[in-house]
Amino acid sequence: MSDSKKFVLGIFDDEDVLLKAVGKIRGAGVKIHEVYSPFPVHGLDEELGYKRSRLPIAAFMFGALGTTLALVMQIWMLGVDWPMIIGGKNHVALPDFVPVTFELTVLLAAFGMVGTFLVSSDLKPWKDPKLLDIRITDDKHVMAIDLGTNRAVEVASINALLKDSGAVEVNNKDVDE
Amino acid sequence: MANEKFDFSAGLKKKVFIAFAIGAVMLLVGGLFPQTNEHHGDDHGSDHATEEHHDAGSDSHGDDTHSFNGAEDFEAVTVADSAEAGEEHGAGWFKRFKVDLWINNVYFTGLALIGIFFFALQYAAQAGWSAYIVRIPLAMGQWIVPAGILMLLTWFFVNHDVFHWTHSNLYDPTDSHYDELIAGKSGFFFFGEGGGFPTFFIARMVIFFVLWAWLFTKLKNLSLAEDELGGDGYWFKMRKWSAIFLVIFAVSSSVSAWDWVMSVDTHWFSTMFGWYVFASWWVTGLAFITLVTVLLKEAGYLPQVTSNHLHDLGKFVFAFSIFWTYVWFSQFLLIYYANIPEESVYFVERFLSDKYSPFFFINIILNFIFPFLVLMTRDAKRLNVFLKMVCIVVMFGHFIDFYLMMTPGTMGQNGFFGFTEIGMFLMFGSAFVFVVLRALSSYALVPKNHPMLGEAKHHHI
Repeated sequence: MSDSKKFVLGIFDDEDVLLKAVGKIRGAGVKIHEVYSPFPVHGLDEELGYKRSRLPIAAFMFGALGTTLALVMQIWMLGVDWPMIIGGKNHVALPDFVPVTFELTVLLAAFGMVGTFLVSSDLKPWKDPKLLDIRITDDKHVMAIDLGTNRAVEVASINALLKDSGAVEVNNKDVDE
Repeated sequence: MANEKFDFSAGLKKKVFIAFAIGAVMLLVGGLFPQTNEHHGDDHGSDHATEEHHDAGSDSHGDDTHSFNGAEDFEAVTVADSAEAGEEHGAGWFKRFKVDLWINNVYFTGLALIGIFFFALQYAAQAGWSAYIVRIPLAMGQWIVPAGILMLLTWFFVNHDVFHWTHSNLYDPTDSHYDELIAGKSGFFFFGEGGGFPTFFIARMVIFFVLWAWLFTKLKNLSLAEDELGGDGYWFKMRKWSAIFLVIFAVSSSVSAWDWVMSVDTHWFSTMFGWYVFASWWVTGLAFITLVTVLLKEAGYLPQVTSNHLHDLGKFVFAFSIFWTYVWFSQFLLIYYANIPEESVYFVERFLSDKYSPFFFINIILNFIFPFLVLMTRDAKRLNVFLKMVCIVVMFGHFIDFYLMMTPGTMGQNGFFGFTEIGMFLMFGSAFVFVVLRALSSYALVPKNHPMLGEAKHHHI
């Protein structure tokens, strides 16, 4: 087995052309591996048919965890482990706990969301970025089509399709795994 | 489509009149069978919602209008506010009627004011997304003129029954009712000596309404002139007048909250009260705008408004429900934590009284927990059914909020929530809706020449 992937790269220099091209190429039955762009292109995720991110669910879970932890911590500390009377209130006086509970909820939701995002998109400091084309960091959009997942379609017809839909350049690239 | 107008049809008018009539009938029923603690023990069976409060409260209170469970210490402070007025005039149904009248005046004045505020905010912030819906808040502002007239007349009608500080003997050191604390605040109500006609207070009320109505007319005329003549000059003018309105609103909304709501509990004060009342008004107004937008859309109007615009309105309702909770809780926590008698009496009257503590929790559930949980997801903010549900609940919830701000300070332990309150709310509400819908039907539903219609069209989130 070869451990390299073969890609066809369509280079686009205009996001409106790119958006139309995405729809056209997906319409022709070609699976797009990924589109790289130097800036966010509005509506691209819908054109690519991406599902909604499930990140908000993670945020809610982490938030709920923060609420629980904060309440358990304060009730245990001030009610069980070392009961203290503060301001003449009960040991477990819930209104007193609201600010800390709020802060921990926000903190854990935010940290949890960032952490989940980093893990799910495989971002890490020692990551060696595999750039399919250096120009995606500058002024070109690159549509990558993985030939491995498009065995049914002729390479020549993919190339022609990209050209037809406005790619300024079409390249082939092998990427080592 | 560009000339689309709202058709305030005869059928719809009839529905509004029916709502008004139902309100009037409920008010009448409430008046014929009033629920009060001491006088009409047998007549309250018609309203089961308040019946149980009555039963819970009657054993410990009897005809003592000002003792609070577990809080006898505070009695000395609270007596003056609620009780004296009660003893002089009797805390019967007529007084309750007056208090309800005042609550609804404040609530619906707030809605009209928020209409102008929302409109001005969109222009001052140069917002484009809202260009399709700005005529709805503009129509709400139409209520500001009737609201001003009603409020001024109502003030002279409710006078002593709602505002304890209007009794002139409080300011006379030789009188047995002399109240040093209130006398010290006389400068806020009167010019010079306390007692007599509260010139300063009434002058503020008149000046505020005149300013609001004047700026509202200015903005409305500019917006309608833009429809006729086009060009972005009107937009720039509206931006300027919006900015002027916002500056005036910042001061006047706060002062009117002290005047019309906080002065009911004359001894008590809170530095957060202006924000608190504003937050309550603002959420209510946003809920009303959202509700009208959704209902218009369902009736086939505003085809340009997409779920993206609704999403933004939903976010507004969601976010400012949390903002209201933040302000409400900030006020509560500081007072609860510091535990200074003259401050905490406010929450003793509400939280520790078996009459009002259910409302205290209903208030938080309807205005925070419910919108927070229901509108949390993205889908809920984009679907009509969730938006409608939350908007209706929040609008009712904030009515409870205003009820809870004013009733304990005026009615003491004789307050109820029954037919009278709901009837009055329905009557005011249908009058308000009538004025708003009539205004909405008098001009194009979407500004014809708003320079940002293109931005609104491509609004996408």
